[in-house]
Formats: sequence, structure tokens, C-alpha cells
Amino acid sequence: MLRLLSFALFLAIWWIAALFVGGAKLPSPPAVLQVMIAEASSGALFLHLGATLARVILAFVLAMSLGSAIGYLMGRVKLADRLGDPWLILLLNLPALVVIVLAYIWAGLTEAAAIAAIAINKLPTAIVTLREGTRALDRSLDEMASVFAMPRWRAFRHVVLPQLAPYIAASARSGLSLVWKIVLVAELLGRPNGVGFEIGIAFQLFDTPRLLAYSLTFAAVVLVIETLLVQPFEARATRWRPRAA
Amino acid sequence: MRLEVEITGKTFRSAAGETHEVLAPLKFALQSGEVGVLIGPSGCGKSTMLRIILGLDHDFAGRVARPPEARIGMVFQEPRLLPWRSVEQNVRLAAPDVTDAKLSELFRILELDAHRSHFPGELSLGLARRVALARAFAVEPDLLVLDEPLASLDDALAGRLRDEIATLVASRPVMTLLVTHSLDDAIRLGDRLFFLSPRPARIMQEVPIAVPRAQRNDAELGRIRAELAALPLESK
Repeated sequence: MLRLLSFALFLAIWWIAALFVGGAKLPSPPAVLQVMIAEASSGALFLHLGATLARVILAFVLAMSLGSAIGYLMGRVKLADRLGDPWLILLLNLPALVVIVLAYIWAGLTEAAAIAAIAINKLPTAIVTLREGTRALDRSLDEMASVFAMPRWRAFRHVVLPQLAPYIAASARSGLSLVWKIVLVAELLGRPNGVGFEIGIAFQLFDTPRLLAYSLTFAAVVLVIETLLVQPFEARATRWRPRAA
Repeated sequence: MRLEVEITGKTFRSAAGETHEVLAPLKFALQSGEVGVLIGPSGCGKSTMLRIILGLDHDFAGRVARPPEARIGMVFQEPRLLPWRSVEQNVRLAAPDVTDAKLSELFRILELDAHRSHFPGELSLGLARRVALARAFAVEPDLLVLDEPLASLDDALAGRLRDEIATLVASRPVMTLLVTHSLDDAIRLGDRLFFLSPRPARIMQEVPIAVPRAQRNDAELGRIRAELAALPLESK
């Protein structure tokens, strides 16, 4: 209820602001809705959203699985940590734009280049988070698993993974928001479809209703994924914790 | 089955770079069906010794011989349960071969029936200790190691758990190693008592108790206590 009220307030402010600023710079909500409906009925909206979502999913899965594995390794093995740390610092501080432009120059304006560039941007934060999580693992539980001769996989699944779950959830959440932002830049610079491409066109034409129609639909999709996927996973991963008052 | 421990020394390097001697040369052996008790002052190196025997610490001089196929059941000082798994899952994860009947019997003996599906965070320390005991017994160990399993429990509960340990130990041939501060626990459960010196630990005295556990009534326990009191020990 409170969420709805907050959303209504947002619409009201937008509408009032549109009246003051004028339709060219800030179109009113119904004008944007009209464009959304037109784009949706032509199918273009779904095509571009689908292309963007596919890139997000691929890059996200790639970065999360690779980043988690490397982070776990760096948290467990001192040598890996010392070898990997300079690379990690470099990657963490490399601007997203540099990675994307270089990927396109080296690998051409291809799908693989776009997805790799997005994944590389997300990779170092996943590594850092999972490395922290691995460092915080409870040694006494490792010892317990070792004394009771738990097979490696069972120990990993029941002793290690539940301790890493909050870190994976945090990394997934921050990672998703990062990927959402970067995917549009990658599309703007070198892809012939996707929400970022459409926003690029709208920018060239100064077509604000179109720009808002695409970005707001995109934001809505993000919101839905966040509430339906990320939050339930987080709740499940932490269900054994006593609830905060 | 037989456990042989022959440690010739264990040193520990502190963060400041100093070397400390934790264990002096010490040697003992334990047979199936025997309960050995390690009694010593706090900080004398008992936990270090246990970690070496359990194979968690390989950085020592000497040797520990236990059959490689020996199953180990361990009750740590703190229960060390998995907070994200239920009581029953905690036991089953350590003892995947346990039968439903055996599990039910253990839960009945340790009065855990009502707590099967609870998470460890919902249990009192006494209950969590009992879950740790159930887990150690569920693996049907060949070597059972109990590190102060009754510490910080009230007398009545400690007494009951001690009786339960005695029952469970009697039910199958197992080498048991008990670490305790309590002379009372030691003489009620032990077959052989090893009195340890302050750090670096060595065995000052090995005292066998010949009377079978089941026949140790109050009079008998009193006699054993009197015998021990006559020994020249620093660590009682």
C-alpha cells in the first residue's frame, strides 16, 4: 500500500513538472504511455527489451560464476590471492567505457565482445565480495567437517555454501544493478538493437518521449526481477537467522 | 583397534616471533572399549593434543597411529553445529548411514525428540551439547573424542548426560578419549586417567581404574577418590 502511494506521488510530481517545463523537454505520463503502447504493439519494444535482457543474463551469469570461483580461490589460497590482487585492483579501477571501447576495437562490433565487456566490468566486484566471504568462513566448522570425514562436495554444499550465500546474494544484487547500467552503454556504442541502441537513436533525435518510454519500461523489468528473483533468494539464504526485531 | 600417541614435541610460534613449547614428550595408547581421560589445568595443551590426534594439526614431532578406516565421533567444547541446518540434518550430514531406528533411539535417549526440526540458534546450550553428542554417536565411531562435553552445564543435567555417555559407550566397543576438568566425571567414566602437567604438557601420572564402570557405586567412588588424593599431583 505504502509502495503504491509512493509510486503515485512520483507520478504526480512528474506530471506537475511536465506542465511547467513543457512537453518537448519533459513529456507528461500519458504521452510517454502512448509511445510505450505504440512501440509495444509494433513489437519493437519487446525485441529491444529481449535483446538487452539476453545480454544482461549472459554477462551476469558469466561474471558471477567466474567471479565467485576466482574469489573463492583467492580467499582460500594465499598464493592465488597474491598473484591475483594486482590484476584485481587494475580491473576494479578500469573505467567501464575503456573496457567496452577496447573490446569493440579488439574483437569487432560483435555480440561476444559486448557480453565479454559487460562481464569484465562486473567480474572484479564479484571476486572481491566472494573473497571477503571466503575469508570470513568459520574455520571451526571446517574442522568439524574434516573430523567427521565429510566428503568434499557434501562439506562444500552444507558447510561452506550456506556461509557464502549472503555474500553471493549481495554480489548478485550489486552486480545486477551494475550490469543494467553498463549494458546500455555497450549497446549504445556498438550494437544494432537493444534498449541502449534505442536510447541512442532517441538522443540523436532529441526524442524525449521515446527515451523515457524505453528507459521506464526497462526500469520496470529490473524492478520485477529484483522483487521476484533476487529478494526471494536472499530471504531463503538467510531464513535460518533469527529475525531482526 | 588401537590408538597410539607418541608425541616428542610441539612448538608454537607466536605472532611476536617467539617460540613456545606447547607439548613435552608424551606417550600413551588406548584400546577398543577403553575410556581414557585427560585431566589437566586450563591452557596446558590438551586442545592442541586433541587436534594432533584428530589429524587437524600435522605440524608436530612424533607420531599418532590410528587405523585409517577408524571412524571418528567428536564432541567439541563448543557444539559446532551448522546453524543453517536443522537438528536432524546436522546429525544426518555427519552420519549419512545412520538408520531411522538408530536416530530415533539416540534422540529418545538424549531427549531431543521435540527438537528434530529446530535450528541450532533456537536451542539452549544444554540442548546444543546434546545434539553434538547425538551427532558423535550417530556415526558409530571407533574413536570417540569428547572435549569437555559437560562444561558449563548445571549439575543435574551434567549428571544425566554423563550417565547417557556411559550407556552409549557401553553399547559398543569404542576407544574413547575424554578431556575434562572434573575429577568426578573422570572417575565415573574413565578406565585410565592421565594427569597432565601445566604447559608444556606431559603425563605426570597414569592411573588405571580396575573396577568396571557399572559397579562404581558411591562407596567405590569414594574409595577411588581417596586413592587419588594420596597421589602427589599438582593438577587436581
